[in-house]
Amino acid sequence: MLSIGLGHYLTLAAIIFTIGVVGIFLNRKNVIVILMSIELILLSVNINLVSFSIFINDLSGQVFTLFILTVAAAEAAIGLAIIVIYYRNSGTIRVEEIDSLKG
Amino acid sequence: MIAHAVVFYIFSLIAIVSAIMVTVSRNTVHSVFFLILDFISISCLFIMIGAEFLGMIMLIVYVGAVAVLFLFVVMMLNVAQQKNEWFVASDSSSHIPVGLLVSLVIFSELLIVIGGWKYKAELQESININLNLNLTNTQSLGNVIYTDYVHLFQLSGMVLLVAMIGAIVLTFRKRSGVKTQSYFKQISRERNEGVELIDVETKKGVKIDA
Repeated sequence: MLSIGLGHYLTLAAIIFTIGVVGIFLNRKNVIVILMSIELILLSVNINLVSFSIFINDLSGQVFTLFILTVAAAEAAIGLAIIVIYYRNSGTIRVEEIDSLKG
Repeated sequence: MIAHAVVFYIFSLIAIVSAIMVTVSRNTVHSVFFLILDFISISCLFIMIGAEFLGMIMLIVYVGAVAVLFLFVVMMLNVAQQKNEWFVASDSSSHIPVGLLVSLVIFSELLIVIGGWKYKAELQESININLNLNLTNTQSLGNVIYTDYVHLFQLSGMVLLVAMIGAIVLTFRKRSGVKTQSYFKQISRERNEGVELIDVETKKGVKIDA
């Protein structure tokens, strides 16, 4: 309990991952919160990679964390740009009202 | 050792609580604030575990850029006043128990994987980039990134470039009715269409803009 090992970090990452998935499933608000949940999921993956990198004594996990960080930043920028033009075109970004693909 | 454990539990508790608050918060601006708190506590954990460079990069990239971008979009779209109707009955709320069930299954699967994961001794034999304790974290990361992973590093730069151009192209729009300079027209103007020589007759004068 008092000696923090790999399992503690992995459990923390699992909890945050699950919170992110729940945030995607149960969202009634707007699409921005879904994007934030995706950021949470990527963050938990980063925790996994860094803790494995430290506890296995190998540096490549941290290198891949750096790349995941890059991709997450790019994804946030593109996603927010899409949200902005969707709001400009349709006037809403509520999850329930975005149903133009329903047919 | 005890201080390490206490600090770990404090930071992870803050991270978990703020992650929950990101999803359940009624106000979107509050969600962004809790996201920032989450990133900060996780980067503190990274610094504590020994990955200082990634912790600092996390602070700069996430807190300094991504979270501020989220905040900017939330303010700009004026969705901050939208109230969250969590668990309020609507026709599409029937997938909430299914979502909770799926999330529970995912969490228990992850816990099973963590509990059953066994450290394999031959796993480390195939790995050659060991942590050198004589160098700092930043130094050893730099040694690896600019040699072994240089192509991936440049590709990630390309990803950022594509994201930047894509965001600009997506959100750019031409406004109508705005007077702007047309550089092409201005440069391609010839002498004979700009200046005209007229013989002025006496007592007649010249009509301008005829």
